[in-house]
Amino acid sequence: MATVPATAPLEAAPSRGMVRDALRRHPTMIIGLLLLAAIVLMAILAPYLGTIDPQAVSPVRRLRQPSETYWFGTDMLGRDVYSRTVYGARVSLVVGLAVAVLSIAVGLFFGLITGYVRLADTILMRVMDGLMSIPPILLAIALMALTKASIENVIAAITIAEVPRVTRLVRSVVLTLREQPFVEAAVASGTRFHLILIRHILPNTVAPLLVQGTYICASAMITEAILSFIGAGTPPNIPSWGNIMAEGRSLFQVAYYVILFPGIFLSITVLAVNLVGDGLRDALDPRLARRM
Amino acid sequence: MFAYIVRRLLATIPVMGVVAIFVFSLLYLTPGDPAIIIAGDYATADDIAKIREKLGLDRPFLVRFGEWLWSILRGDLGISIFTNLPVSRLIGQRIEPTVALTVTTLIVAVSLSVPLGVLAAWKAGRWLDRAVMGFSVLGFSVPIFVLAYLLIFGFSIGLEILPVQGYVSIREGFWPFLERLILPSVALGITYMALIARITRASMLEVLSQDYIRTAQAKGLATDKVLIGHALKNAAVPIITVIGIGIALLISGVVVTETVFAIPGIGRLTVDAILRRDYPVIQGVILLFSAAYVLINLAVDISYTFLDPRIRY
Repeated sequence: MATVPATAPLEAAPSRGMVRDALRRHPTMIIGLLLLAAIVLMAILAPYLGTIDPQAVSPVRRLRQPSETYWFGTDMLGRDVYSRTVYGARVSLVVGLAVAVLSIAVGLFFGLITGYVRLADTILMRVMDGLMSIPPILLAIALMALTKASIENVIAAITIAEVPRVTRLVRSVVLTLREQPFVEAAVASGTRFHLILIRHILPNTVAPLLVQGTYICASAMITEAILSFIGAGTPPNIPSWGNIMAEGRSLFQVAYYVILFPGIFLSITVLAVNLVGDGLRDALDPRLARRM
Repeated sequence: MFAYIVRRLLATIPVMGVVAIFVFSLLYLTPGDPAIIIAGDYATADDIAKIREKLGLDRPFLVRFGEWLWSILRGDLGISIFTNLPVSRLIGQRIEPTVALTVTTLIVAVSLSVPLGVLAAWKAGRWLDRAVMGFSVLGFSVPIFVLAYLLIFGFSIGLEILPVQGYVSIREGFWPFLERLILPSVALGITYMALIARITRASMLEVLSQDYIRTAQAKGLATDKVLIGHALKNAAVPIITVIGIGIALLISGVVVTETVFAIPGIGRLTVDAILRRDYPVIQGVILLFSAAYVLINLAVDISYTFLDPRIRY
């Protein structure tokens, strides 16, 4: 029994050191985390950041240039672009996070099946190959054209477009792990199948999936904005960065600020997520880090 | 070799089959009645019934799928709900600007990003490498349409050296044609360039650490000969692969780029179809783009044998 408390800190120590080490070696990851934290705070605290109702229409004050009262100007309906941009962060973050979590969960499920069941593998991977040859944005567009515009449907559409790639990744990880000596040892010692899956396979998929998850999050944010921008995404009554830019489209030569500010916020958010992803990748997979 | 090409061509059939089944069954799989959603909020019961008949939703799934597949195989992509014109004709009218835009982007992106990646690998860890890698992180982060507007604000409205929007066919003069494609190509190509530059650098780094590179340098071969003749040639397979896979980025990006720059191509056709919920058009566009993607990647696979004599089929 005495060994238990002794080994526990030993196991925890390298991982804490690893994180600190990674942060020191990748200052860009800290920048990414700080930016991301700022944007998450902005989204949560939106009502207290000097914003007014993002949907409040005020025809008298339409198309005002950025000024002290209207930091980012007003759009063609007289809505405050600053308030709309701040609230718009909510949609991007929710969509990014939800798509990342859902597509990883679904992809993990299919990936484990295809990695272990030969018959399911041949069928499912054929389907996934087909789905992967449809460019993701077009796939999402097709789904959105047939459903009502809502955030849930946007999340579902982007998730469906992302699942094949996650399935591929999990499958390749599982196929490599199956041949590893520690898994063979577990099989030989009669460990039951579900325990092998939970104790030996799943923990080893965490690192690559975490990295993949951040990239999915970044690309989902861009896809949501693109869908909203072309009128196939978040419904117009919810301000999202893509929506705001779509509304500024017809007037961009007069009212550049309606497009510029949400565009900058979107780029910074995606950049932050990508920086975190690159940092995680370097920290979790040193072999890959050296090459990329 | 010939047998291999035939075998690979046959292997694309199940892939395209999955695409066809998927885009077709979406009409049946999506929750709710697609006829009601396509008809819109102000539709009468009569309108909805008409759309249901046009889409064949009133007949059994398998019968309808059989008919649809048969007509696709004969090159008939169905009839647009909104314009009542054949989808294949609508696509035919719009294909030229899209091909012009994607081919220009492809040429510009590859001819810039591969040398950038090679230079970054050669100067690994130096400022040039950092600059290229920094550019690639930015390229992944700035969405196409944001960059597109930044370019328009800068070059068209600010400096007034390039036209804001529009498309002119190459038949009406080469410069007017090219002039209007510069900004769209840069915007469309940025993520693609970032991807290619990254992979080129990674693949080059791998090759540059090999013994035969040191041998080449030791025998006094000029740096450019080592980099291009020895290193790039051996690093080519992953680079060509990613050029092929990245075509998906271009195809997806076309939809947005054409919207921002008012180019009357297939992307614009798709966006108009979404606004009118003209599903047969969307279906046709997806089939066309997926087929293009599959065939390009088939060509990429076959090109491996020319690039790397060790790969034999």
